Amino acid sequence: MEIILILGIPLLGGLLLAVFGGHRWAPELNVVMSLGTFVASAWLTARIIANGPITAYNEQFFIDPFNVFLVTLTAFVALTTALFSSPYMHNEAAHGKLSAGRLRLYHSMYQLFTFTMLLALTTNNMGILWVAMEAATLTTVMLVSLYRTPASLEAAWKYFILCGVGIAQALFGTILLYFAAEKVLGAGGTALLWTHLNVVKAQLEPTVLSLAFVFLLVGYGTKVGLAPLHNWLPDAHAEGPTPISAVLSGLLLNVALYAVVRSKVLVDGALGTHFAGNLLMGFGLLSLVLAAFFLSRQKDIKRLFAYSSIEHMGIITFAFGMGGSVATFAALLHMTMHSLTKSAIFFAVGHAAQKSGTQMMENIRGLIKTNPTIGWGLALGSLAILGMPPFGVFASEFMIITTAMHEHAWATPFILVALGVAFAAIFSKVQTMVFGETELPRLPHPPALVPVFVHLALVLMLGLYIPPYLADWYRQAAAMIG
Amino acid sequence: MAFSQQLINLFAALLLLIAFAMLSQRRILSLINLFALQGLMLSVSTAIVAWSSHQHHLYYSAALTLIVKVVALPWLLHRLIRKLDLKWDVETIINIPSTMLVGLALVVFAFNLALPISQLAGTITRSTLGIALASVLLSFLMMITRRQAVPQVIGFLAMENGLFFAATSATYGMPLVVELGIALDVLVGSFIFGIFFFHIRDTFDSLDIKNMENLKEN
Repeated sequence: MEIILILGIPLLGGLLLAVFGGHRWAPELNVVMSLGTFVASAWLTARIIANGPITAYNEQFFIDPFNVFLVTLTAFVALTTALFSSPYMHNEAAHGKLSAGRLRLYHSMYQLFTFTMLLALTTNNMGILWVAMEAATLTTVMLVSLYRTPASLEAAWKYFILCGVGIAQALFGTILLYFAAEKVLGAGGTALLWTHLNVVKAQLEPTVLSLAFVFLLVGYGTKVGLAPLHNWLPDAHAEGPTPISAVLSGLLLNVALYAVVRSKVLVDGALGTHFAGNLLMGFGLLSLVLAAFFLSRQKDIKRLFAYSSIEHMGIITFAFGMGGSVATFAALLHMTMHSLTKSAIFFAVGHAAQKSGTQMMENIRGLIKTNPTIGWGLALGSLAILGMPPFGVFASEFMIITTAMHEHAWATPFILVALGVAFAAIFSKVQTMVFGETELPRLPHPPALVPVFVHLALVLMLGLYIPPYLADWYRQAAAMIG
Repeated sequence: MAFSQQLINLFAALLLLIAFAMLSQRRILSLINLFALQGLMLSVSTAIVAWSSHQHHLYYSAALTLIVKVVALPWLLHRLIRKLDLKWDVETIINIPSTMLVGLALVVFAFNLALPISQLAGTITRSTLGIALASVLLSFLMMITRRQAVPQVIGFLAMENGLFFAATSATYGMPLVVELGIALDVLVGSFIFGIFFFHIRDTFDSLDIKNMENLKEN
């Protein structure tokens, strides 16, 4: 029942907003729909906490501790982003940047995008997972080019082609997975159901599964933004409207990583070796190091934080690759922290860019003088993402690094150097934007900064105190992933 | 070797041949026709697999392929290029003979990669998995070597053909609900591509991708 609501509300919202999305109250309708989705997901969460994992509708849907926390996180960030988006879009419309038709497209696609992500998370069918991931690309590609500037069209085309090709590799991987599964489970509907695959994973043909995992990793890894397949990510984040940058970075990357981890569980079971983990560690470390060194060269504020997303996805992938209860726990925690912090940063960045009329960092100065809340939001968000205690990112990064020291000592210098370089790059750039001198006037409209501080407060709280049910939840998920 | 298996092998070979033909084709109009022909081969071979293996849901897949990839998409593309008034020949980044040589190497690679899997396949069509992988890689090569938006998209769709062929040849097709989802994605994707063509042309006055190489790290 809850699953119908979780998927039905955004789908209905997408259809409603396709009709009414250009109205003056459309941004508010968008918020209401997102709120409905969040309430439904909270309800589902409560039930999972009470009763444990469930399957529903002929086992087509499967909810366990791993995906239910991502469902809640997705619905929550989708809600706060809708809250941020409403004044943001009113302002864009008032400045004549977006016509009523574009706003309709934007709001409708926003809801459908939420729908595809939630479908990808809740489905039990690896084939439907693929379909939902592809649909997530399709719904966001028109949003990246929403402003129709040459740069945004180029970014959208790149996003479309690269993710399209990538996701096609994932389809081949899914076909190979089905090929192996069909021998054990028989042809037909159940051979792609993750719960069934998980039961028989030890009997799946290892050569086929290892090949399948390579294709799945390349395919979904393109969407995670793992180097060297990350090219689309900074462009798409920089050129799209800021609320979309926030959900792309905070949510879509997580969902894609979720798909990779689900596949990893099966492959580990079939191979009994550390093959999948090694691949994840390699790709993760490469992304982390590469992104960290690209950070200092960025001039555009949204590109800067897009590279920071690649960096953090690298850390999380590396942690999943190491495996074991502590590293996986840390990876799940870091996924949550990154998603909350990065979307908060993008909210602040959106207002800063609207105020300065540019995304170029050299022209954004002295935020704290004219708009102290935006300045503080950006400064605190950046400190949080850089892993300063007492924010939650520190806790997860600390766990990842200590585990790496114990188990893969060779990797620790790379991680520490990359984190150090990232710290220097982001800190120096943010510092001049927040402090520094400026003649720019205040932002004419009141900024929507409640979501920023709600997110940062959550990150702070989780850094100091993780509620027992949440810790328990992560532990259960970590035990399942292994 | 059973007659139906020989037939499937024949169509598989034709599929690969068309993939090579697309790689060497410079004209957009012929490229679309080749794409439609490839879809037809795919549809027929799927129907033969369905007939010889008594997998009835494959008939639906064959019909779906016929409708989407032989009728709807080529019609859509034809309309598009008429509306966009595209008549010029396709420029390639690498010249065609070298592209063909790279293509040959890719086919050898694909066959080697598919060899261990083909030996495991119990289906009557197992020898065709290598061909499927080869046509995926060839379409990929086509996407890389073309500079214009329309051929890139045709390459993308041809890649989907190869994947679909892999699904039927290795496994008798995916579950129907997944196949429907994939078909829906492909269709929606093509509509979005179509809309994109207009946006790109309106913004850049041409559909040449070289106008879109400004977003780089500096």
